[in-house]
Amino acid sequence: MTVVDDKDLKENIYLRSIATRKASGSVPLIVADMTQFLLAVGWDRVVIETVGAGQAEVRCAAIADRILVVEGPARGDGVQAEKAGLLELADAVIVNKCDLPGAEQHAGELRESYELGAGTPPPVLLTSALHGTGIEEAASMLLALDASGRSERARWRERLLAHHERKILEAPQLDVLLEKLSAGSMTLDDVIRSIGANEHV
Amino acid sequence: MGEPLRVVVAKPGLDGHDRGAKVVARALRDAGHEVIYTGLRRSAQQIVDTVRDEDARFLGLSSLSGAHGHLFPKVCELLRTEGLNDVIVFGGGIIPEDDRQALFDCKIRAIFGPGTPTSEILEFIQTSHAMDDAGVGQGTDWHWDQSQ
Repeated sequence: MTVVDDKDLKENIYLRSIATRKASGSVPLIVADMTQFLLAVGWDRVVIETVGAGQAEVRCAAIADRILVVEGPARGDGVQAEKAGLLELADAVIVNKCDLPGAEQHAGELRESYELGAGTPPPVLLTSALHGTGIEEAASMLLALDASGRSERARWRERLLAHHERKILEAPQLDVLLEKLSAGSMTLDDVIRSIGANEHV
Repeated sequence: MGEPLRVVVAKPGLDGHDRGAKVVARALRDAGHEVIYTGLRRSAQQIVDTVRDEDARFLGLSSLSGAHGHLFPKVCELLRTEGLNDVIVFGGGIIPEDDRQALFDCKIRAIFGPGTPTSEILEFIQTSHAMDDAGVGQGTDWHWDQSQ
C-alpha cells in the first residue's frame, strides 16, 4: 500500500490494493475485469504491481499488454540472468537502486543475456528511486513502449491456465468436490469433468 | 469466519511507533480480512482518501503521540464530509481513560489499549459489522465496552 504524497498528482492517480484471495498466481484474475472497467470509465493507463513474480511465475502476462521487470543489484550472479522465465517476457527491464554497488554489472549481464537470444532485446535501464536518477528517461521509455507481442504463445498459455484455474476456484460445488476427493469417492479427472460439465448447464 | 472485510489501518500525525498497528494488521489479516496499512505519518486527508479509494468497511487509527484528541476527531469529520458515513472507526495506542468519552462522542466505536487480546478486536469487528448503524456518520451512540 502506498499513498500519493504529491497533492498535484492526487486527482490523477487512483490506487487500489487487491487481495489475492483464492488465486494461486501472483495476479488474481479479477484484475483483468477491473482493468477493463477502469479503462472503460476513462482512465488512460492501468499499472499492475505484482507481489513480485520471481523467476518462474509469469501469471501477470495473462493480463498486461506490456511487462516491466524491476530488478535490483545483488539479485544473483550472471547465471541467474540466463534462466528462463519472466525475463523472456519482459518488454523492458529497469535495474533500480543503481546507487548501490553491482547495479551496472547486473544491467550488463542482463543485456548480454538478451544479446544471446533471438529478436530485438528489450531496453535495460538504470534508475535510483532514492536519488531520482534516470526516472525521467525511464518514464519516457515506458510511455513510448509498444506492446511488443513478445512470446505471444506464452501469454496465451498463461491466459488459458488462469482461465481454467478461475473456473475451478469459482465453481459453486468446489467444497463438495474437495470433500469427495479427500474421501476418495472421486478422482481428479472426475472433478475436472464435473466442473467442465457445469459450463453447459 | 464470514466474508473478508476491508480494513484500513492508519497512523495519523507525527508518530513514529507502529508496532501496535502492525500487530492489529497482522491479526486481522490472519483472520482472513483484507488489510491496507497506510504507513507512518499520514495526514487526515490522506487517510480519508485511502479509505474512499480502497472502499474500506473499517478504519483503525493508531496514535501513541498524545495527539489523538486532535487527529481522531478530524479524521471522523472528514469522513463525514466525504460522505463515507458507513465506515466504522476504531482507535488504539496510548489513549488515556479520561480522553476516551470525547472520542466515543465523535462516533469512534472502540478504543483498544496495550494488552488488548487481538481476539477482542476481531469480536468487535464482527459485532459492529453486523450492526447497520455503527458507521462514523450514523445514528447510534453505541460503543464497544472493554469490560464485557
